[in-house]
Amino acid sequence: MLLFLVLCPIAAAILILIGAPARFTALVAAILNLIVAVALFVEFDRTATGFQFVSSMAVSTDWGIHFAFGVDGLSLLMLLLASLVTVAAIWFTGQVDNYVRAFYACLLFISAGAIGAFASIDLFFFYAFHELALIPAFLLIGIWGSGNRSRAAWKITIYLTVGSFILLIGLILLYQSFPAAARSFDFRELQSAAAARAIAAPAQRNIYLLLLIGFGVLISLFPFHSWAPEAYASAPAPAAMLHAGVLKKFGLYGLLRLAVPLLPDGAHYWTQLLVILLLGNIIYIGLVTIAQKQLDWMLGYSSVMHMGYIFLGIASANAIGNTGAATLIFAHGLSIALLFAVAGQVRERTGTLAFDDLGGLAKVMPFAGLIFGFGAFAAIGLPGLANFASEIMIFFGAFRHGWEMQRFHLFQIATVLALWGVVISTVYMLRAYRATFMGTMPERWAKLSDFGLGLRIPAALLIAALVAVGFFPQTVVNIISPAIRTYFTASK
Amino acid sequence: MIAAIPSFHLEIDVLVLGIVILLVETFATKIDKKVFAYVGIIGLTLVLIASFFVSTNPAEQTGPLWNFYTADGLAIFFKRFELITTIVVLVMMIDYAPVMRRGDDHTASNLGEFFSLPLLTCAGLMYLVSAVDFIFIFIALELVSISFFVLVSFARRDAVALEAGIKYLILGGVSAAFLVYGITWIFGVTGETNLQRVTAAFAGGNVDTQAATFGAVLIVAGLGFKVAAVPFQIWVPDVYQGAPTPVTAFLSVASKAAGFVVLIRVLQPFLMLPHMHRLLVLLALLTVIYGNLAALPQTNLKRLLGYSSIAHAGYLLIAVLCLDGAAMTFYLVAYLLMTLLSFAVLIIVSQQAGDDISSFDGLAKRQPFLAFAMVIAMASLAGLPFTAGFFGKFFIFAAAIEQKQFLLVIVGIVTVACGFYYYLKVVRAMYWPAAQPELQTQPIQISPLSRALIILMIISTIGLGVYPQPILRAIKPQSGSVAKSMTTPIR
Repeated sequence: MLLFLVLCPIAAAILILIGAPARFTALVAAILNLIVAVALFVEFDRTATGFQFVSSMAVSTDWGIHFAFGVDGLSLLMLLLASLVTVAAIWFTGQVDNYVRAFYACLLFISAGAIGAFASIDLFFFYAFHELALIPAFLLIGIWGSGNRSRAAWKITIYLTVGSFILLIGLILLYQSFPAAARSFDFRELQSAAAARAIAAPAQRNIYLLLLIGFGVLISLFPFHSWAPEAYASAPAPAAMLHAGVLKKFGLYGLLRLAVPLLPDGAHYWTQLLVILLLGNIIYIGLVTIAQKQLDWMLGYSSVMHMGYIFLGIASANAIGNTGAATLIFAHGLSIALLFAVAGQVRERTGTLAFDDLGGLAKVMPFAGLIFGFGAFAAIGLPGLANFASEIMIFFGAFRHGWEMQRFHLFQIATVLALWGVVISTVYMLRAYRATFMGTMPERWAKLSDFGLGLRIPAALLIAALVAVGFFPQTVVNIISPAIRTYFTASK
Repeated sequence: MIAAIPSFHLEIDVLVLGIVILLVETFATKIDKKVFAYVGIIGLTLVLIASFFVSTNPAEQTGPLWNFYTADGLAIFFKRFELITTIVVLVMMIDYAPVMRRGDDHTASNLGEFFSLPLLTCAGLMYLVSAVDFIFIFIALELVSISFFVLVSFARRDAVALEAGIKYLILGGVSAAFLVYGITWIFGVTGETNLQRVTAAFAGGNVDTQAATFGAVLIVAGLGFKVAAVPFQIWVPDVYQGAPTPVTAFLSVASKAAGFVVLIRVLQPFLMLPHMHRLLVLLALLTVIYGNLAALPQTNLKRLLGYSSIAHAGYLLIAVLCLDGAAMTFYLVAYLLMTLLSFAVLIIVSQQAGDDISSFDGLAKRQPFLAFAMVIAMASLAGLPFTAGFFGKFFIFAAAIEQKQFLLVIVGIVTVACGFYYYLKVVRAMYWPAAQPELQTQPIQISPLSRALIILMIISTIGLGVYPQPILRAIKPQSGSVAKSMTTPIR
């Protein structure tokens, strides 16, 4: 089943390039994937720890590289997110000017790269699949982007290349730091070897730093973030949805999957650095976001800012914080995809996203206003939506970390500041909402059309998932926590 | 069961084939010259098949020949490598022949030589990968160089080609002089020319290490010209640009691969000498940095590929100085695939508009198949996963990290990022909305043979990127002998 999940988008992309009807094939492949992902979610054994649905094929016996797939709760959630957002992104694709086939093929390749990375339990393919998305992203921004697309395309490509090669060095070091007998690319064997304290503490520090920087560039950790807003502002909306919603989560998933369980000493050593950097994300980028004058740039910066909360959950190094981080990855992926989708539709109709030119659009596009509101409130963290449930877990986890009476610990300061970050995000989200959908409407927008029925379905899909997890976070927490809990029992 | 063929028959067959074609061409003036190319392709394919039935039994390898000739796994593997390269180059030459004809009558009437010289070069290269004696290395190298001198300046009425030929001739002569002078020093110190006995003499410790180091440096410099390592790379861009494109491809793949095989063979004794390791690290650093940085501003694709071949020589040097034969071999195989693929596309496209990157503008509209092939070639050259090029870089970085060469690794990352920029420049030209939309709208013709070849190369590039085991298995026997015999330096 997992193999199908990975190969389906690739096969569809190849078919499209050969000559199958582009939109239809892409949509069918994406929906099939969503069905399979939901089926996996239903079939998943919630009581068992370890990876399920494992399939494996040896690629290089000399190196022990396997084309191996498997899911635990964490990766299952990622797969669900990836397939949901893929359906929405493809559905929201409007009129494509030229190279229609290539456009859909690129989207499918990005989706396949993300799904492959999340489903792999082999270190090599975990890395390799993520890179599959590099050239499609370059083409998507370069060919169909807006604004200064050339600059944005080069920037994201060079940044992500450097980041991922730093990551590659970190991963090779990680592989080689195990004693020769325990060397493996298999996540399961790495985890059991790490549980036996196979890596010395000094080595852990070096590797963790490399992974933090490598993944950090991919996640747009402050101060490696500057590619993200620019790329998301220039990218066509479906590309931004997939990249910001799914692909960027690869780095966070990698930290949760590798850095936290395999390198506990390294993580401990660099905690302070990470907390300072993530506060840069939350506070500094938050303030930068307020200053934005265009909707797409604002959304790009806001997605950078929210990475700070997820980092806070990962840094808290306890089960509740990490569970919150995993849930927030899911929630944020849905909400940012929703917001980018609306922004893309607005741009398609008006040709501009500058706040000065927009206003009062809710009069002509009430449904668009409604779902933008949902997305914005989710991003702020309103109770009842998935983001609130996850952020509350992160705050609890982070505040509890290093609890000492009579002394205000770094983590508690960070948590308090991060709570203020919520205020910041309220400010910029509501301002954007007012500037776009409220107020007086310029005359020229009076003839704009609202979302048709066709576009309401994918929007409703994303909102339904946000609300469902918001009201019943336990459904998600139940599948993640066995996986996360093993990290912290194993290392104690 | 077919009787095993003695391995030295392979080279003899290729030589005979080349000479026969040359002779027939001289007397049979009426035949369409392309026939010779097809005969060459078929002949080399037969030799390639024969190479799988070669005897590797050491018991049969007695006699004076085996003092300077070896048929170990590395040699046999690279004999096949050179044969395949020559076959592909001959196919490209058929595509390229109209361009040569366009030049002048004189060149056109000599096309038969154009098709037969690669065979002689190929024989030289096959001797080179088997050579384990300095004298034999030198002779094989001369056979290769002299036929390349002719091939590079084949379009002799063209000033650029002529300049390239002269440059290659002079610098080739200088490098041969370095090599011979180095060999005399080594011979003077040890009294031996056979690599194995030189190694034994060094290991015996009874040698003047300073004089030996001097000789070794000279030999490395001589070989540095062949593999285009900085600071011996000056000839590369001009020669690559001026030579007929198939010859450029031949030069950049076949000649470089043979150079690296010789290099890894001679480095086994040389790395025992003091300072050699540091010197090679320096050489590798300079080569990756220079190759990648100089490629950045290029606008001519042949020149760009020239600089990129310098950059790749740098990565290969990293593998060589780690004495990791497996990593080097895999990288060379990947390099063969992606370089020949990009040259094959370039030859077809450039017939309309020339060698500049701008002549690829909007290729995705005009000829999506070629554009896709070029994307795969560029992705592999840049080192993206799921292409052979990534596994090549992966193995090399793994080897470098294992040997704790962190400076090389850091510089490697930075330069790989540079590489993405200039390789993706080609992708941008093909796909991004064209700056000059009026550029040739007429569709490009691809001959069935070239199309089949390009498809085959795309499939093997991606195939090896997912499943590298076939190559790893093919080179395993000798990777043990080359890679694991890291020797300790003499103090």
